[in-house]
Amino acid sequence: MTVPANIVIVGAGPAGMRAAETLVEAGLHPIVLDENARWGGQIYRQPPAGAGFRRGPRALYGFEARKAMALHATMARLRPQLDYRPHTLVWACETVADAERTGLAGTAHAALSPGDRHDGNKGYLATLRGTHEQAVPFTHLIIASGATDRILPMPGWTLPGVYTLGAAQTALKSQGCAIGRRIVFAGTGPLLYLVAYQYAKAGAQVLAVLDTNTMGAQAAALPKLSAQPAVLAKGLYYVGWLRMHGIPIERGVSLERVLGERRVEGVAWRPSADAPGLDTPVHMLECDAIGLGFGLRPETQLADIAGCRFRYDTLDRCWLPERDEAGRTSMPGIYVAGDGAGIAGADAAERSGRLAALALLDDVEPESSTASIASRVDSATSMRRALRRIARFREGVETAFPAPLERAASWPDTMIVCRCEEIDAGTIRRCVRSGAASEINRLKALTRIGMGRCQGRVCGEAALAILADESGLAPEALGRLRAQAPIKPIPLAAALCDEQVAEIPEDARDE
Amino acid sequence: MNSATTPYDVAIIGGGLVGSSTALALARHGMRVLLIERRYCGAQASGVNYGGVRCQGRPAEQLPLAMRARRVWDRLGERIGIDGEFIVSGHLRLARSDADLAGLHAYAQMAARYGLHLQLVSGAGFRRRYPWLGAAAVGGSLCATDGHANPRLVSPAFARAARQAGAHVCEQTPLDHADYDGKRFTLQAGENRFEADWLINAAGAWAGTLAERFGDTVPMKPIYPNMWVTEPLPQFLEHNLGVFGGGLYARQVERGNCIIGGGRGHGDGDYAQPSSETTRAVMRDACALLPALREALLIRTWSGVEGCTPDHNPIIGVSHKVPRLVHAFGFSGGGFLLAPGVGEVIADLVIDGATETPLDAFDVNRFSAVPA
Repeated sequence: MTVPANIVIVGAGPAGMRAAETLVEAGLHPIVLDENARWGGQIYRQPPAGAGFRRGPRALYGFEARKAMALHATMARLRPQLDYRPHTLVWACETVADAERTGLAGTAHAALSPGDRHDGNKGYLATLRGTHEQAVPFTHLIIASGATDRILPMPGWTLPGVYTLGAAQTALKSQGCAIGRRIVFAGTGPLLYLVAYQYAKAGAQVLAVLDTNTMGAQAAALPKLSAQPAVLAKGLYYVGWLRMHGIPIERGVSLERVLGERRVEGVAWRPSADAPGLDTPVHMLECDAIGLGFGLRPETQLADIAGCRFRYDTLDRCWLPERDEAGRTSMPGIYVAGDGAGIAGADAAERSGRLAALALLDDVEPESSTASIASRVDSATSMRRALRRIARFREGVETAFPAPLERAASWPDTMIVCRCEEIDAGTIRRCVRSGAASEINRLKALTRIGMGRCQGRVCGEAALAILADESGLAPEALGRLRAQAPIKPIPLAAALCDEQVAEIPEDARDE
Repeated sequence: MNSATTPYDVAIIGGGLVGSSTALALARHGMRVLLIERRYCGAQASGVNYGGVRCQGRPAEQLPLAMRARRVWDRLGERIGIDGEFIVSGHLRLARSDADLAGLHAYAQMAARYGLHLQLVSGAGFRRRYPWLGAAAVGGSLCATDGHANPRLVSPAFARAARQAGAHVCEQTPLDHADYDGKRFTLQAGENRFEADWLINAAGAWAGTLAERFGDTVPMKPIYPNMWVTEPLPQFLEHNLGVFGGGLYARQVERGNCIIGGGRGHGDGDYAQPSSETTRAVMRDACALLPALREALLIRTWSGVEGCTPDHNPIIGVSHKVPRLVHAFGFSGGGFLLAPGVGEVIADLVIDGATETPLDAFDVNRFSAVPA
């Protein structure tokens, strides 16, 4: 077989780790780039080496301790066969395909160091490791970029003391600390109950769990959720445990506002009404921290910048890279796996990571021995079967915990939606009402929404909700917020570390 | 709408800043104006360019037009109803060597003949006046009347103002076919059929196809200027900044973000993408000139599709092949300041049949081997 020189996996969470394992088993030596200091991703995040506290796997990962330990052990075993680069942010991607299509063949090649410049390379990733900028060429790329919290605002949501559920979990897993002393968890989704449980179990004072969805929605989702009985059982266990320990769980609530002047002092919420349209009294709950989240959203910027085609996904309510069942994107040699390809959770991520790696192997060595093909086909078939079960469960999760996007109509004009650029809901509404924008990129150009440090990763969902509410258009008709490098902000000083940066050519020196 | 409506006096193809300012100028003169734009007005190069409002550094042949255009910018609010974040910050063109300084001197003498007054600074006075500049800069030439503005706001606002002045503005309306029957132009755009006495080709990087349709061949190629922006920083960059010889330009907006450009991204003629390689090169050069940027964060990069001619001058003026066909495109990366003036010049051509602003250097036939 022709060994591809540069297989790069982005992300060392469950999908990236299983992809790496599969490739190493086939005798390959992939490069694994990960933004985190240690492997594990978000869910199986490890405390930093030499952390000043000790919490065992059982305390850190609960029911998932065995899976976490198995994955960590796998990575430790694979380590000698991997070019593993932690602390490495991929901030841009240049593809040769792009350059060729545009008649600029050689542009991407020219940036590679001479040793890397062979025909197989399809492009390179611009990476930042510490303060060092480096181009990493690839012949094949598996993007396992994971997910972040889906955020919806409420008045006061930018006050210090409001954290995402994911950040609350990171604080606990990675720093061994809580986000506050008296904590309310609010929003919706399975993570809401899990984080509340993890916090309470760790000894934090959890005052309440406020779920914007009703018990009815959750009951209606039961048939689909039963596709994964063990996962469903765990979810029910967290709820039961919280109740048993006297932690109030309120369902069907409206989150009115975060209270406080300079930092979080409480949360105002309304219980669910007995009948639609009926107003319920506002409850004030004093607290000093709020964990807030409405499910997860895939991190798709790298696939976007790499030139992958996108499609609207009605289940995740967002645009996702087009992929086949194995994770092949529209760009030859580029694969997606894990939550970054569509939210499906950690168990699915392990399988889709393996599946993408098997697809890659099929693509690079179609003429390999029948025996190894047969075992690959078997493995892929069982992965796909498992993924279909999980997909059904996922539909259940979305039925049980839809994000309350309809709240957009009630957000006050003065509420900040985009905190990077300080754009309020009124500015967005006025722009849409004036007829100047009915598409998200146009709205961005005219109002600056999503133009700041987060590039819409935090505020994009809310901006779309307002645009949908004001325009009356379906979500898929609102356009897709296009990703622009850098995927996350990078310091300019990084450009100074690398001597290889070419001068701007004479004919491109515009004034 | 299948049947042709009442003929327009003028049909404009392209809703960029050139097309929109032409539509506004003509509509204000009471003409019946149609503007058709295949995507959104001001969303291409007009809306995503760097935002320099700069006379300094332009070649002599552009200066009369530039000076006229600059006067329009002073009346921006009255024209388009917003200030477009236009700031008369001055434009400082930096020298990085004695040879550059000599070049700035020569340029200043030439520009003065056109009424553009520049102030040269170098040596210890320069260092004292600009402590925020790195040692790489040894002097500069300041054009106090230059500045910068926000293209994302200015360009769509011209189209909005044109509509309010009575122009018929059709967005998301790609032109399928254009014809001249010896009397009038007929245009087909989807189901829509239009007729007009005059046709203005302001289709930017895509104008070559329409020009060719009427026998005017222009050797234009697409370019993709590469730009990026930092997070907001404390105010320090008091002028719009350029460099003698090019390769880097920078301005700081009121919010504090520094917008910096230089070099090229890539694209396929239809869409543009920034290049990380170019961004890194310009980041390095920018840090050498502006040390305050070293610790700043880069938050976004972008590019746009722009038509570039071999001599970097635009095509402005009437076709020599078809009567009442006017071209205005190929601004080669320098159109933002000029466009509002180009609108007035084209209004002159349509209404008076001539303009006082010299256009000889912008003739559509200048690249043809055989004079038409």
